[in-house]
Amino acid sequence: MNNNELLELGFDAAAPLQLNRRKFLQITGSGLVLLFTVGETTPLLAEPQGGNLPTDFNAFLKIGEDGRVACYTGKIEMGQGVNTSLGQMLAEELDISIDNVDMVMGNTDLCPWDRGTWGSQTTRQFGPALRQAGAEARMVLLEMAADRLNVPVNALAVKDGVVYVQSNKQNNVSYAELTKGKRIERRVTGTAKVKSPSEFNIIGKSFKRRDGMEKVTGKAQYTGDLHFPDMLYAAILRPPAHGAQLTSVDVTEARNVEGAEIVQDGDFIAVLHKYPDVAQSALSKIKATFGPSPYTTDDKTIFDHLLKSAGEPRVIASDGNLQAGEENSATVFEHTYFDGYKAHSPMEPHAAVVKIEGDKATVWASTQSPFGTKEQVARELGFPSENVTVIAPYLGGGFGGKGGNPQALEAVRLAKLTGKTVQVAWTRADEFFMDSFRPAAVVKIRSGLAKNGGMSFWDFNVYFAGTRGSEHFYTIPHHSIRFYSAPRGTNAHPFATGAWRAPANNTNTFARESQIDIMATRAGADAYEFRMRNLRDEKMKRVLKAAAEKFGWKPAKSPSGRGYGIACGEDAGTVVATMVEVAVDKASGEVKVKRVVCAQDMGLVINPEGATIQMEGCITMGLGYALREDIHFENGEIHDLNFDTYEIPRFSWLPEIETVILNNPNEAPQGGGEPAIVTMGGAIANAIYDAVGARIFQMPMIPERVKAAMPKG
Amino acid sequence: MTETLQFTLNDIDVRVTVDSDRMLLWVLRTDLGLTGTKYGCGEGYCGSCTVLVENQAVRSCQTPVKEIEGKNVVTIEGLLKDGKPHPVQKTFMEHDAFQCGYCTPGMIINACSLLHENPRPSKQQIVDGMENNLCRCGAHKRILEAVQSASKELVGGR
Repeated sequence: MNNNELLELGFDAAAPLQLNRRKFLQITGSGLVLLFTVGETTPLLAEPQGGNLPTDFNAFLKIGEDGRVACYTGKIEMGQGVNTSLGQMLAEELDISIDNVDMVMGNTDLCPWDRGTWGSQTTRQFGPALRQAGAEARMVLLEMAADRLNVPVNALAVKDGVVYVQSNKQNNVSYAELTKGKRIERRVTGTAKVKSPSEFNIIGKSFKRRDGMEKVTGKAQYTGDLHFPDMLYAAILRPPAHGAQLTSVDVTEARNVEGAEIVQDGDFIAVLHKYPDVAQSALSKIKATFGPSPYTTDDKTIFDHLLKSAGEPRVIASDGNLQAGEENSATVFEHTYFDGYKAHSPMEPHAAVVKIEGDKATVWASTQSPFGTKEQVARELGFPSENVTVIAPYLGGGFGGKGGNPQALEAVRLAKLTGKTVQVAWTRADEFFMDSFRPAAVVKIRSGLAKNGGMSFWDFNVYFAGTRGSEHFYTIPHHSIRFYSAPRGTNAHPFATGAWRAPANNTNTFARESQIDIMATRAGADAYEFRMRNLRDEKMKRVLKAAAEKFGWKPAKSPSGRGYGIACGEDAGTVVATMVEVAVDKASGEVKVKRVVCAQDMGLVINPEGATIQMEGCITMGLGYALREDIHFENGEIHDLNFDTYEIPRFSWLPEIETVILNNPNEAPQGGGEPAIVTMGGAIANAIYDAVGARIFQMPMIPERVKAAMPKG
Repeated sequence: MTETLQFTLNDIDVRVTVDSDRMLLWVLRTDLGLTGTKYGCGEGYCGSCTVLVENQAVRSCQTPVKEIEGKNVVTIEGLLKDGKPHPVQKTFMEHDAFQCGYCTPGMIINACSLLHENPRPSKQQIVDGMENNLCRCGAHKRILEAVQSASKELVGGR
């Protein structure tokens, strides 16, 4: 959301950014204004924590006098395409063209409360509320039209925002005409029904991204693109290592840079300048010394450290009796899997602009949680939260890394100290140093094959990754799944860690699906057939079968030399199966993924093209964590501070990608932004084994590790 | 050193008085208000800051502004002619060849340079030519398809 979009909606471009919703409604004046009770009728809206979606209809949409419908959502657009798919949902329920929907996103004054855009929840959790609001509005408009046209509601139909009498299409009235000059407040009964799949005209059809023109012309505004006349850009002093304390500092030379303003607030030191590059070069003139970091781990010793730091486990799932399962086993398998830290490295580093005027603050931030930012900023400033407005312009990628908002708090601090509008835009080195990495993790699995060839027991212990994706979907009579992390109040990691696209699930699925393949191989079974025999979940079987058909899977004993691998996974309610083909250079251990086939069942699909794009993005990004991405560090110092050493996927890595989305419109829509990434590590590990007989237990599967695991002789 | 420099920017003759050692990226983004060109890494690794200088893709974060004196510079904003998108912009939209859109200006500009040099690139030549432009969302497949389509359109249109 930016000034231009507001202008198109016909408002004063400068003013609404500081408005609260009530004032906003006063200004917008006429048009359809309804008191609405969505929340009372939709149990989905009962948010379990943190806040509630509003019950006011206008929180979701506004029908203007020009017939355009504004769709308000606290969700943000970070590339996942929800400004298209949410627009489709509203257009569908209101029977209007999507071209007449204007998206107003991530503005805490204008949009309904939202916890944050993560966990692939927009479609499955906000979507139903939005659709309900659209359906309610359509019902009210039909009632108004029935009055106007003097016919019963059931004689009416709607097309492209025009309500007409079914027996006489000339007898019609548009939404714009119905709402023109009116200010109607009415309480809706909550009886409006959202459309069923058989009634869909817009949901389930592919739409191109609605932000295309803005994004290909450079007009799309990201936080760092904002500029105000009195604005200063900040460059912030960072320690060389996490936990290192400032021991001395001399800012004299930096102060001599023309126009540079130095802020020194305890250990927090920054240079501000009207040019960001000059601020950075002035920062480099600061002479600072730091003490040693208290952290003594590095990227090799971290795994032992984590295992030692783990507290008592939390039982995630448990059934049967592991000992009985083991006694019934013909073969017992015991393996440990490792995964290193990964950076989010969005192409847009974190940025925030803060303007404080009197007792009010406006914050523009690259954030996945504008409402969370609002509370954080209010606390930092000691302002009541209604005095803080947060606006999230387009995000240049998030991937779970833009939920904490430290850059916004840095900007708040600097704006408060200087009295100026301040932009903090992290450098790439800031981004790597300050990132909350996907945690390094260990997974220990003991499992058994029963004498009858089935799986006898499953003892899955995950350390530090998290619990998502730790459960399995196989028929195993005796199982236990436990999660270990640092005891409360302690932190085993030498830096911040956090959610990374499908948190924990990439690590857990890598471990689980590798172990399954090891068991299949020992059982002398084909990896696909072994899974089909042992899968408990029928949906997973259908999805795996669809992948196998597309891939052209032919059963073989592994290692077959073909380089085929499978992994199954479940994430954000979506079931996914991936098959890959790799080539492994035996001399170097280099792995090239040649082909990826991915099938998923995500229930109702709103925008098939958008969902496909997300799958492709997951597959491509997944190559990175599986094959190369790893944060190198030592004693709190991050060695990877740019893309020269932190390798993310490039064009030459790209395999042939084929995707299949199973048609399942009668089930609720599930997540789409993350599921397809979770299977990449496991599928590639299994394919490497199939190619050359090398079993890799640690991600990323860099050439050295592959070479070292190659069978001897 | 503060100097007054003249160059052509998106078909317009401009004159700026700046410290001529500053990088073109920041002069474009701040002094000239053209924010379509993005900062991604600041060291020339990612290509988000790519602009055309004499039809060649250059990394504006590594180009001191003094080096463009008298030259012809085109940024993403300059590709739009009379409100109509350039064929590469058009095919990027047709293929949905972006997600977050942050690397997109650099990708498009780099593709323009590639197609200027080699109007009929093979798929491998496109891969090689785009290799050092980074995208984190994983839009690579569609970007390659968009550049292939743009090549067809540009060659066919002549």
